[in-house]
Amino acid sequence: MHSVVCIKQVPDSAQIRVHPVTNTIMRQGVPAIINPYDLFALEEALRLKDRFGGTVTVVTMGPPMAEAALRKCLSYGADDAILVSDRSFAGSDTLVTSYALTATLRKIMESMPVDLIFTGKQTIDGDTAQVGPGIAKRLDYQLLTYVSKIVDVDLEHREIRVERRAEGGVQLLKTTLPCLITMLEGTNEMRFGDLDDLFRAARYELKVWDRTVIGIEDPETVGVKGSPTVVSKVFAPRPRSQRAEIIDLQDDSPKNLASTLLARMFTQHPKLEREIAKRAR
Amino acid sequence: MNEQARKPARKKVELDPRFVSYRHVWVFIESERGEVHPVSWELLGEGRKLADALNVDLCGVVIAGPGERGKGICAEAFGYGADKCYLLQDPVLADYRNEPYTKALTDLVNTYQPEILMLGASTLGRDLAGSVATTLKTGLVADCTELLIDTESRNLAATRPTFGGSLLCTILTQRHRPQMATVRPRVMAMPDADPSRRGEIVEVPFAMLETSIITKVLEYIPDDSRDKPNLPFADIIVAGGRGLKKPENFALVWDLARVLGAEVGGSRPVVQAGWIELDRQVGQSGKTVRPKLYIAAGISGAIQHRVGMDGADVIVAINSDPKAPIFDFAHYGIVGNAMTVLPALTEAFKAHLAQARKAG
Repeated sequence: MHSVVCIKQVPDSAQIRVHPVTNTIMRQGVPAIINPYDLFALEEALRLKDRFGGTVTVVTMGPPMAEAALRKCLSYGADDAILVSDRSFAGSDTLVTSYALTATLRKIMESMPVDLIFTGKQTIDGDTAQVGPGIAKRLDYQLLTYVSKIVDVDLEHREIRVERRAEGGVQLLKTTLPCLITMLEGTNEMRFGDLDDLFRAARYELKVWDRTVIGIEDPETVGVKGSPTVVSKVFAPRPRSQRAEIIDLQDDSPKNLASTLLARMFTQHPKLEREIAKRAR
Repeated sequence: MNEQARKPARKKVELDPRFVSYRHVWVFIESERGEVHPVSWELLGEGRKLADALNVDLCGVVIAGPGERGKGICAEAFGYGADKCYLLQDPVLADYRNEPYTKALTDLVNTYQPEILMLGASTLGRDLAGSVATTLKTGLVADCTELLIDTESRNLAATRPTFGGSLLCTILTQRHRPQMATVRPRVMAMPDADPSRRGEIVEVPFAMLETSIITKVLEYIPDDSRDKPNLPFADIIVAGGRGLKKPENFALVWDLARVLGAEVGGSRPVVQAGWIELDRQVGQSGKTVRPKLYIAAGISGAIQHRVGMDGADVIVAINSDPKAPIFDFAHYGIVGNAMTVLPALTEAFKAHLAQARKAG
C-alpha cells in the first residue's frame, strides 16, 4: 500500500505578531512548523502502513527551508520525502498549488502506483481547505473531505469505507481506491518516532524536484502569472475606536465588581437586559 | 504558498474575452434533507448588495433530492432577496456527495454563466467550492469577511483574514469568471425576510446515473442536536481560555453558562489541551460567532480568537493582565482573577434573574 501525504511548512500563527507601525508580519523568531492539521493525515497514513505494510511518501511544495518539515516527517516514520521547489512557484495561489502538486504526484506514480493521498483539512496560515479538493479533481480521484475515521480498507477489492463529518451528522461512505482523503483534526495522536527513524531522518537524502522534473514546461502556468487570483492589498485589522470600559474598583470584592458590571451594562444596553430577562421564564 | 509572499497587482489585467458575457450573482443555497443552512440566507443578503451594485439579478441554486421541498426552498430564497432560482432535483442528489454535486454546479455555471458564485464556508460548501473552482480553473477566495464591487471592471474585491487573522488581504480574480467566494456562517448579517417577494424558478434536469457514481453513502448518522453545540447561532456565549489555569476550573464557565442559558466556548489553546470539545472553539481556526453577549474569561484576545467573536454585540472580558489585548476591543473589562470573578458573576446574574422572575 502506497500513501502519499501532502504537507506544508507554515509559520506558527499563534506566535505571529504584526508590527504596530508598518503593519507587516514580524517573522523574526516565529518558528516554522509542520501545519498541525497535516500531522493527523501523516499519522493516519502511518497507521495504515502498520496494518497493511507498504510505503508512506511525504511531499511538500515550498522554499528550500521546508526540508526541515520533511525531515521531521521522516523521523515520525515516513519512508520517503520529496521537496518540490522552484523560484517560479513563488506567489502561487491554491489553484496553481494543486496544479504543481498534481504534477508531482503523477511523477511519483511513474515509479510507484499510489493508493491513497492524504492532506490535512486545511492549513493554519491560508485556512482555505482548497488544495486537497483541487488535487482530487485534477487527478479525477474520489474526494473524501473531513474524514474522522477510516473504518476499513479492502485491498483485494480496492475499496475503502470512512466516516466523514458532514454539516449535521456523520456520513458513512464507501468508495474505491485510489482516492484522496483530507483528515479531520483530533482524530488520532501523532506517535513518537523511534531512534532509528530519527537517525535515518537526519541522514536521508531527500529528493528535491524543480519545475522541469515534474514536467511543467511553461513557467507562466505557475506562480503569480499562472494564478487566477491576485492579492491587491494587505492591511492590518482596524482597531476598535474605543478601549473597554474597565470596571476596576480599587481593592473591591468580586461581588461588587460583578454587580457594578451588570448595572452599567444593563443601563447602557437595555435590549440585552430584556434578552437575559427572557431566560427567567 | 501564502498571500504575504504575493506582491500586490500593479498593472491592470483585462478580463479574458471568453467570459465577457458572464452576468449575474449566484448563491449556492445549501440544504440537507430540506433544511437550509442559515449561511445561505446571510449570503443572499450580501449577494443582493453585489447584484444591485452590478445592476444584475441575484440567483439562488437549489440542489436536492426529488422528495425534498425544492420549490419551498426557492420561495424562501425569494423572500431573502433572490430574483431567480435554478432548481435541480434528482435521486442522485439526495445526499451530498462531491462528484454529482460538483458536476451539477459546474454544468449549471457553464450553461448560465454567472460572474460571481458564492457558497457558505461550511464543510459542504468548502468541499464543493474547491472542487468546482478547480474544474472551472477559476479563482476562489475562502472565508471572506468583506465583499465589494468595482463597478468599472465588475471585479469582486474579496477581503479575507490571512496568517491566522493577523492581517487582512483583498483578493481579485481579474481574468476569470465566475469569481468565486466562500463566507463563513455568521460573518454577514441575517437579512430580514419579505415573504411577499416573488421570483422565477428555473427547473433544470440533471442526467447522471447512480451506477456511474463511485462513492456511495452507506449510512447517515445525524448528530444528536441536544448535545451538539451550536455556537455560531447562540445568543449568549461564555468562553474560557488558558487564564483559567486548570481544566477543573472550566466548571466555573459552565456554571455561569447554565444560569444564562448560554453556550460554552473556548480559545484554541484550551481546545487543543482537550478541556472542551472541538465544536466549541471560537476563532480563525474554529467558529465565527455573533452573540448578543460574549463573556470571555481568561482569554488574552489574540487576533486568531478576535476574528471569530468581534461581531458580538456586547463583549465582557475578565483578565488578570490589564495589558491583555482583549481589553482593546471588549466593551467591558474586569481586571481580576477569573476564578473569583466568574462565581461572583454567576451569583449576580442569578440574583438578577430571580428579581426579573418576581417582577413577572
